[in-house]
Amino acid sequence: MTKEIVDIRLHGRGGQGVMTSSYLIAEAALLEDKYVHAFPSFGPERSGAPIAAFARVSDERFYMKTEVYEPDIVVVQDPTLLGQVNVAAGLKEGGIIIVNTDDPNSEGVSNLRNSRPDANFATIDATKIAAEEIGIKQTNTAILGALVKLTDEKIIKLDSIRRAIKERFKHKGFDKNIKAVERSYDEVKY
Amino acid sequence: MTRIAVTGDDAVAEAAKSVNPDVVAAYPITPQTIIVERFADFVADGEVDTEFVTVESEHSAMSACVGASSAGARVFTSSASAGLMLMYEIIFVAASSRTPIVMAIANRAISGPINIHGELTDQMLFRDSGWVSMFSEDNQEAHDQTIMAFKIGEHPNVLLPVGVGLDGFIISHAIEGIEPVSREVTQKFLGGERKAALKLDTTKPLSIGLLHLQDYYMEARAQVRDAHERSRKVILEVFNEWEKLTGRKYKPVESYKMDDAEYAFLTMGSTAGNARTAVDDLRAKGEKVGLIKIRVYRPFFGDDVTELCKNLKGLITIERSHNFGGPGGILSSDIKSALFNKRLSPLLAEYTIGLGGRDTLIKDYYSIYNRSKEAFNTGKSLPLFWWGVRE
Repeated sequence: MTKEIVDIRLHGRGGQGVMTSSYLIAEAALLEDKYVHAFPSFGPERSGAPIAAFARVSDERFYMKTEVYEPDIVVVQDPTLLGQVNVAAGLKEGGIIIVNTDDPNSEGVSNLRNSRPDANFATIDATKIAAEEIGIKQTNTAILGALVKLTDEKIIKLDSIRRAIKERFKHKGFDKNIKAVERSYDEVKY
Repeated sequence: MTRIAVTGDDAVAEAAKSVNPDVVAAYPITPQTIIVERFADFVADGEVDTEFVTVESEHSAMSACVGASSAGARVFTSSASAGLMLMYEIIFVAASSRTPIVMAIANRAISGPINIHGELTDQMLFRDSGWVSMFSEDNQEAHDQTIMAFKIGEHPNVLLPVGVGLDGFIISHAIEGIEPVSREVTQKFLGGERKAALKLDTTKPLSIGLLHLQDYYMEARAQVRDAHERSRKVILEVFNEWEKLTGRKYKPVESYKMDDAEYAFLTMGSTAGNARTAVDDLRAKGEKVGLIKIRVYRPFFGDDVTELCKNLKGLITIERSHNFGGPGGILSSDIKSALFNKRLSPLLAEYTIGLGGRDTLIKDYYSIYNRSKEAFNTGKSLPLFWWGVRE
């Protein structure tokens, strides 16, 4: 009787806004009247340290309150984590891996891709998009367009992300962040 | 109603905003909560009329709360872990002074070793202070109970402070959807401003918190005891009124799939969500298992617990709290006392889990269930066991 729950795990480094990414996923899903539970991993909060955040999304109400160990989707916001953190740990068979990188053929990305031939693998240069659209290399919004595209808008729609960003960043450049999401949606390679 | 995405901390802050208390006093010790940070925003933005008293320690925060509440104010604060420990002396004074302060507690482990993650022990330790003490399973419950706490505590038959627990991080820092209660609804529910029968008032002088030695100390304490007993009825009335207002049902002790249950998990706080999930999964496999959730920890509604236990073959207590050298866990000792009072003796397996924020997975609940049931089937109870400790 396990409910249909989509488990998402996001990897990044402290200060990159990984928690905000997970919150935005939850806020967008809630705009579609879904049920959500999203939170950061609870390690020491140090800038630059590897961290993870989680988002659970379901059409049905659910009660589980654990961290995510067997994700359906893994999002890697910082390619320097590859080789340091086993980002694909527990990924479900046929799951989705999205990596932010400017070099899809780099050793780290290739190793990850080869380690999980079953996965639906995608890359996006979210850092470049963020730098060009927002003016800072903060990928927490730019990465989400790729996520929406890879999941065919079934978990969250592009417009829901737009609305969630508009709400969260109403005082600080939501339009730039929305543009970054849209470019990420269009430019993701898979 | 439209649900909004908020963390548990924000859910409590929004509840406090709808209450619009007269005074909030808080100190930013590590770990404080985002609750009072957010509330400070509300004050700065003019969204509440509250006087926000910034103090020099948590001890002073609770002292300021007692002072304000003694003057008839509606008072709110929050704390956790080490901050709560520093409040400890005044927590008892708040109860004996009959000041209906409401405190949200983002339940976190106590040092040492230093740890700021989820665990309920901090709030459970003041069980004997005279505070009404309750816990939340999710953000909505944290929101609702924060508002209800004012009505319970301020009731003339109660006049006791109320603590509302929400597990650190797994509720406090996690986003969920909640149906927020509006200022209008909250104000109507609370019946307007606090009406304090006795308060510090220069036009009608009186003293609060005087010396009570051998002559009156026991009587003063007995009044707190009696107020606690009277609070049982008030809690039920407030929960019923809340259900009529919001459609959300609250009970001091709640049950899930207990009608034909042979075995049950019993727990408190956010772990009820995981236990509930495990119950669903185990039920799907044909196991007759249910869940008992303790919402109100003090006063303890022991009869409600024993009523649910009377047909059980075995009871599995799971608590995210710990003690040393006791006759069981903190919670399970209460359960055993309640059962003894009714001359009930189901087989019992006691567990302490998830201390210092350690995750306990759904599959752990299956393992706990199987280990316990195996013992029950051979007629044995299992003593308190700390689940997952590396030996």
